[in-house]
Amino acid sequence: MLVSTKWLKEYVNTQDLPPAELGEKITRAGIEVDAVIDRSEGLANLVVGYVTDCVKHPEADKLSICQVDVGGGEIDQIICGAPNIAKGQTVIVARPGAKLPGGMKIKKAKLRGEVSNGMICSLQELGIETKLVPKSYAEGIYVLPEKAEPGTDVLSYLDLDDTVLELGLTPNRADAMSMLGVAYEVGAILEEEVSLPEIEYAEAADAAESMLSLEVDAPEANPLYVAKVVRNVKVKESPLWLQQRLMAAGVRPHNNVVDVTNYILMEYGQPLHAFDYDSLGTGNITVRQAKEGEKITTLDDTERTLSAHHLVITNGKDPVALAGVMGGANSEVSDETTTVVIESAYFASDSIRRTSKDHNLRSDASSRYEKGVDPNRVIPAAERAAQLLAQLADGEVLKGSLVFDQLDKQERIVKVSPDFINSRLGMKIRLEDMLDILSRLKFKTEAVNNQLIIEVPTRRQDIQIEEDVVEEIARLYGYDEIPATLPRTDATPGGLSPYQAKRRIARHFLEGAGLLQATTYSLTSEAAATQFALEPTETTRLLMPMSEERSILRQSLLPHLLESLSYNTARRTDSAALYETGSVFLKGQDELLDEQEHLAIVMTGLWLDHSWQGEKKAVDFFVAKGIVEGLADKLGLELSFERGEMDGLHPGRTAFVLLDGKRIGVIGALHPSEQKKRDLKETIVVELNLATLLTRETEALVYTQVSRYPTISRDIALVLSKIVEAQTIEDVIRKAGGKLLKDVRVFDLYEGERMEEGKKSLAFSLRYFDPEKTLTDEEVNAAHEKIIKALTESGAELR
Amino acid sequence: MEARLQELKNEALEKIQAAQTVKELTDVRVAYLGKKGPITDVLKGMGKLPAEERPKMGALANEVRAEVTESLDARMVILEEQAINEKLQSETIDISLPGRPAKTGNPHPLTRVVEEIEDLFLSMGYEIAEGPEVEKDYYNFEALNLPKGHPARDMQDSFYITEDILLRTHTSPVQARTMEAKGGEPIKIICPGKVYRRDNDDATHSHQFTQIEGLVVGEDIRMSDLKGTLSVFAKKMFGEDREIRLRPSFFPFTEPSVEMDISCFKCGGSGCNVCKKTGWIEILGAGMVHPNVLEMAGYDSKRLTGFAFGMGPERIAMLKYGIEDIRHFYTNDVRFLTQFQRTEL
Ligand SMILES: [Zn+2]
Repeated sequence: MLVSTKWLKEYVNTQDLPPAELGEKITRAGIEVDAVIDRSEGLANLVVGYVTDCVKHPEADKLSICQVDVGGGEIDQIICGAPNIAKGQTVIVARPGAKLPGGMKIKKAKLRGEVSNGMICSLQELGIETKLVPKSYAEGIYVLPEKAEPGTDVLSYLDLDDTVLELGLTPNRADAMSMLGVAYEVGAILEEEVSLPEIEYAEAADAAESMLSLEVDAPEANPLYVAKVVRNVKVKESPLWLQQRLMAAGVRPHNNVVDVTNYILMEYGQPLHAFDYDSLGTGNITVRQAKEGEKITTLDDTERTLSAHHLVITNGKDPVALAGVMGGANSEVSDETTTVVIESAYFASDSIRRTSKDHNLRSDASSRYEKGVDPNRVIPAAERAAQLLAQLADGEVLKGSLVFDQLDKQERIVKVSPDFINSRLGMKIRLEDMLDILSRLKFKTEAVNNQLIIEVPTRRQDIQIEEDVVEEIARLYGYDEIPATLPRTDATPGGLSPYQAKRRIARHFLEGAGLLQATTYSLTSEAAATQFALEPTETTRLLMPMSEERSILRQSLLPHLLESLSYNTARRTDSAALYETGSVFLKGQDELLDEQEHLAIVMTGLWLDHSWQGEKKAVDFFVAKGIVEGLADKLGLELSFERGEMDGLHPGRTAFVLLDGKRIGVIGALHPSEQKKRDLKETIVVELNLATLLTRETEALVYTQVSRYPTISRDIALVLSKIVEAQTIEDVIRKAGGKLLKDVRVFDLYEGERMEEGKKSLAFSLRYFDPEKTLTDEEVNAAHEKIIKALTESGAELR
Repeated sequence: MEARLQELKNEALEKIQAAQTVKELTDVRVAYLGKKGPITDVLKGMGKLPAEERPKMGALANEVRAEVTESLDARMVILEEQAINEKLQSETIDISLPGRPAKTGNPHPLTRVVEEIEDLFLSMGYEIAEGPEVEKDYYNFEALNLPKGHPARDMQDSFYITEDILLRTHTSPVQARTMEAKGGEPIKIICPGKVYRRDNDDATHSHQFTQIEGLVVGEDIRMSDLKGTLSVFAKKMFGEDREIRLRPSFFPFTEPSVEMDISCFKCGGSGCNVCKKTGWIEILGAGMVHPNVLEMAGYDSKRLTGFAFGMGPERIAMLKYGIEDIRHFYTNDVRFLTQFQRTEL
């Protein structure tokens, strides 16, 4: 909502406050002023001029040489390039020394040999947006609609010495979508009275009924309809003041009839519509629900097919307007119009919202109906329109109106006690201060038995319950006056749940291990949605995605994390190791999705890089596996790993991660073709079902006594077939080792050329230990022999 | 013989002084004092002396031996120290070379902000509540006083999956779910999480972003309690000398509703580019829980009242760290992420 402060003064005394200060007061009281716009910014030394003569420039087709009376008896020659310049026009002149927005300074100049003492201006050159300039002047200079004394200062004559406040209205404050509404708000803030427009006009002897009949067949959607008939109307340009007020309010002037309806829309917040009476053709207006499939061409020249839930205004036969949203082209007011039917109505907001949504058609009218107009302004607005049409279009207003009225216009009563207000706010506002605020708001209030009985004006549809009154009192009393206290509730322990605490532990472990935390989008493309998913399900698609790239909910974190890696390597960050925790979205049993929190890791390039010491280590499967193992240790979980395959991963370098024998994750090297596709070098990925890891209860931590007895080490080197996995051998060793075997660790792997084809050498370090005593060589030898025997039996060859 | 001993002594002392290394000196020791050394030889020849001269000669020999030994030991101390110094000299490193970097990662800046806020409220006895990102229309809107067709639903264009299921547009459904689950009991929670809105991604908009909301419900919870709580939050997050101000606003789920500004932490209130010359920065929205919301969740709104607040960690991080583009949070540029390593305490 754009509020001209100059216009506003017509309804309320703004106490000559500088506009910025007024804006600040409005903001602090509850309606945010988004911008304070000085309409005269950058303008100086502009005067009214009268074109006494105008001839074509001999050297240039598109230029005219004008003699312009600029006041003080001076006639200046000005060269003008506008196509619509003509002798006898009253125009805006920027004389030498004048300033225009954008820092442009006007100087005396010569154009193709002819002197030009300034410039004749268009409205755009004065900083007005093209979409607001009347169509007839959009391509040229602006011609003032009335004669004015040459030399008059243009800023005040055109009301450009004005500041506009741009209000950012929240949906509850529909009342402030009008100048009068804003005047009431400002009046309450500044403790000033509001003066309403005085409506007076002469009526013709003939009654409106003599020309028009009205029928409303949809009283639910249209409980109040008022029609007035104005005849002998002269459709023409509106006077300057009206045009300027509309432009200040962000509305383009058209002609006096349309402008009057728009002006009242801005003034009262009540949408009006003007029909060309003769085009109606039937002398009848009938409001009804549309017939299924019925068609109407609206003012924007679009043919629209209607449904039964759309409300239409008809001439008794055919639709002539989409009620409350947009008029029909068939009944539009034109230059030839002589008789006008003015509609002022109350349309139910749901009906308008549906219609406007179905047709993707938003107008100043529909947005006000959607939020609810004031039932008590429908009739005054119609009267105001009649008055202005009589005044500005020389119209003759027929006596009376056609009215269909089943609307409840009763003020709502809200009862609230002062104690309630104070207890909600934590304050001690005195009763008389409350009464003062309510009277400033023009809420009729009676204080009876410690109870405020408040009659809420119908313009304030947002005031419905006690809490709404609490807000009104608080905002006008001032939120700065509220003290700062803390809740007096019982002390609560608060704290993280075990799951949340473990999630933090996991995160801190991963960061300590050298991974950077990343965040990616949950929405992805069809192709990426199930790639790398541990348990892919049917995908979940948005009804109305904004793009295909963000249309499906992800089932794995890896695709987007890999994109992040590619993003980095494309920017020459060759080494990166990222992790993310976040939800994946699987189809579940419930109507809601099965959201699982996952953890994913991606790494590429060098894991360690101590260049000057010559120590470099590229990422590999075992770096990632080590992190996963370390995380499991931290969480007190025992994981196992099994060789596996997954699309997009290297078939020889992929392992599934198991917890209690159940698959909960994957570690793998990216498949070379996938690496190529993503422009990545050797890349390792991990994805784990984090929720499973974190919900698993861990055992209590019990200390094991540190032993006084030493451990004894023995090594075993074995020659094995290459396909035998280390884990298999370790299992054999552990099984045969008995109680005394404390620890088994691989310490060497050799697959070099000194080995026989298809063989490898694997060496284990074994540690023996007895918590009760120092082991003797004989005891260790006995245990070790057993292991060697078991290994030999299993086919391993001692080296 | 006496002359011979004196000669040997002088010779030895000369060689001791001439020795330059521990090894040379050890050679001197062996050469003069060893079992096969000349002094021993001299002493062996004592048998040939007359008996009365022997004690005198013996004493002299011991004297010489002692003198040489003493000189040797003294020289040894010097040479050993010299040797250590030489070794240290040779072991000197260029301490200006860079250290071996400790492998370390760090949290995402949003996590950093969220965790800081979480920790503050945890210390004040709050719990952290979480809920699904794919939500029922009921919890996302209806339970929050936003029935179907409510004009305020336009404020948040949503990603629907079916007519009744959508990606949550705020974390408030977690509040609704918590209230429903608590069955009328007092509540003190904060709800962090990801939310989604149908916005085109640009420097200031993101279709996915994060929110943190707080909810306190109890007997006689007042607007002043909200103000006090927010003031503690503002001082903790943005500095002890921050002031807050509340401005009336509108949210369907609170009444009264306010927006909270803090005095600009960059200019202190005199006006700068961070606060757009106003001295104040808008940080969050808040209000007293609307009685309809309490009633829908089964609370007696006459007996229990509450306050709620909500804020955007992206906005807070952008203000705090001077980040100019919201998309940085989601592109995971390592050059961006690694900047959030160090502490500010
Ligand atoms: Zn500032």
